[in-house]
Amino acid sequence: MRFHLAVLTTRAVNATSRRLGRGQGTVAGGRSGLKVDPRLLEHLTSGREVSLVTGTNGKTTTTRLLAVALGARGDRVVSNETGSNMPPGHVAALAGDRRATRAVLEVDEIYLPRVLAATRATCVVLLNLSRDQLDRTNEVRMVAGHWRAALAAAPHVTVVANADDPLVAWAAGAAARVRWVAVGLGWQLDAVGCPSCEGRIAFAADGSWACVTGCGFTRPAPAVTLTATDHGTTFHGIWVDGRTEQITLALPGRFNYANALMAAVAAEAQGIDAGSALGAMGSVDAVAGRFTTRMLAGVPTRLMLAKNPAGWGELLDLVGQDDGPIVISINARTADGADPSWLWDVPFERLAARVVVATGDRCRDLSVRLRYAGVDHVMETDPISAVGAAASAADRDRCVDVIGNYTAFGELLGARA
Amino acid sequence: MTAALRIVVVYPDLLGTYGDGGNGLILARRAQWRGVEAELMQGPSDAPLPEADIYCLGGGEDGPQVRAARSLMEDGVLARRVAEGAVVLAVCAGYQIVGKQFPGADGAGHEGVGLLDVATSKGAGPRAVGEVVAEATGVSLPALTGFENHGGSTTLAPGAAPLAHVMKGTGNGDGTGTEGAVAGRVVGTYLHGPVLARNPALADLLLAWALDGATLAPLDDHAEDALRQERFAAASLRRASRRVLSRRTK
Repeated sequence: MRFHLAVLTTRAVNATSRRLGRGQGTVAGGRSGLKVDPRLLEHLTSGREVSLVTGTNGKTTTTRLLAVALGARGDRVVSNETGSNMPPGHVAALAGDRRATRAVLEVDEIYLPRVLAATRATCVVLLNLSRDQLDRTNEVRMVAGHWRAALAAAPHVTVVANADDPLVAWAAGAAARVRWVAVGLGWQLDAVGCPSCEGRIAFAADGSWACVTGCGFTRPAPAVTLTATDHGTTFHGIWVDGRTEQITLALPGRFNYANALMAAVAAEAQGIDAGSALGAMGSVDAVAGRFTTRMLAGVPTRLMLAKNPAGWGELLDLVGQDDGPIVISINARTADGADPSWLWDVPFERLAARVVVATGDRCRDLSVRLRYAGVDHVMETDPISAVGAAASAADRDRCVDVIGNYTAFGELLGARA
Repeated sequence: MTAALRIVVVYPDLLGTYGDGGNGLILARRAQWRGVEAELMQGPSDAPLPEADIYCLGGGEDGPQVRAARSLMEDGVLARRVAEGAVVLAVCAGYQIVGKQFPGADGAGHEGVGLLDVATSKGAGPRAVGEVVAEATGVSLPALTGFENHGGSTTLAPGAAPLAHVMKGTGNGDGTGTEGAVAGRVVGTYLHGPVLARNPALADLLLAWALDGATLAPLDDHAEDALRQERFAAASLRRASRRVLSRRTK
């Protein structure tokens, strides 16, 4: 009774909130529903096959790719597609589709233990773990420790884990069943201190790693490996049993091929063959607005999200292939983390020859960082004006790459053209 | 050939979690902009620490912090160079490990490098996370601004002077209202930002020490000044709004 009332409440509040134009109406309804039935998440996932996706970078995209893959055979799949990755967002999505037999949920790193316990998920995807929002998460190793304890207490789960990330490997090492996937680790600086013994992890050029101070912690043997050929333009997943699958995506960037392979292995763990899963993913071209091209201030722009040093490193590889103007928008609101010191871990030096405009709530922090990176730039506090400034400093009609961290990106995505 | 000024970022692989590596870059650029030949080096934890004139230590996590302290003591270069007059800027976990004692992940006390006469234990209260404004007391500088994120409580012994008095935030968190410590040419602080990005005058003080009191020409710091003004305003705004809120609930 309470459960049905909670579902109705969630839907009603969401519908009202959408009608009033107050956002996408996922958090408000979810919160109301959870007030009526605190065990709503447990009740809404009961009887469904649930997958959880977490990690510092790639959560939203991998969730989407896995949802598409699990639907490849015609199963109905529900997912929190908007990136609301805490329980209110989960129940809002789940209450919106009671008929779906499968659920794929993106989960905030801190919330994984709680959501795993409530949903009794059968599959958990662990992508990577590095510094992000440290004012909230405090230490990366604390997060890894919470994951490890939660997985040790959930023997029914199959974990799909990135074997190249020592912190992920340590967390997943406590699980009963793990499918190890080697998809690389661009940012290794958070993983040098051994999570197992306070020793030191050394990385080899091929991405393998081991603790060199003697505790024996070493990279697990991967069941599947991501390879890049043709100067990083062709990607394959190679299984130890000899199978090879080419990965063809409409999404750009090496990191998205890593996300796709993780999703394919998770789909395989749930009875969908990897080839069909990857085939279905090939049609996904924009996820929650990332890499969307749109007009802003009368200028064609490509919107991108990067919110921490690991994500920025990957994205700079991508935008570095071009020489067009760039707008960087940095906020430090609750969802971004209150301390933008991480800007000093991003190799902005690579943008030295580009037209760069700094914007966002914390454009002054960014401006000081760019000064010491030797990047000439202008500062414009309003993000839309910043796009105009970037366009007029470069050739007109040039597409402007606009990169924001979490709320800065959301603001630009929602802005009127 | 050796540069006139050698700056080393100490163990960025263990003490680089909170963006403090920027301090080394800021020192190098501010020297170079004044025509001083400066070399910036990263000192990874698997190699002997390079000889340098300024050492920058940053914040790190509890486990890696223990490893860093042990390696620094086995290596011995940092303590020797400080005895020879080198300058040290140590932030957060770096500040704790250059003291005499600090807590590991389990809260147990570990021996520090002992460059500063301070001791840190696990704080009793919640972790200190947020903006800090502090008035410099141990050195002659304009007000300090930064962001703290730590669970330690640091107590100063008579051999170390407080770096600053906290106007907003927690700082050392030992009930004295102080932030950081200074002794000779060693400065410890809890401030991230990085601290030298938000307080270029502190960067110039460290450079002047390393260059044996040389007078440094002023730089055009309008970007840093704008950031400082914004952070001071944000800190006082939040204080004002909290006052309003507490009045309302009465």
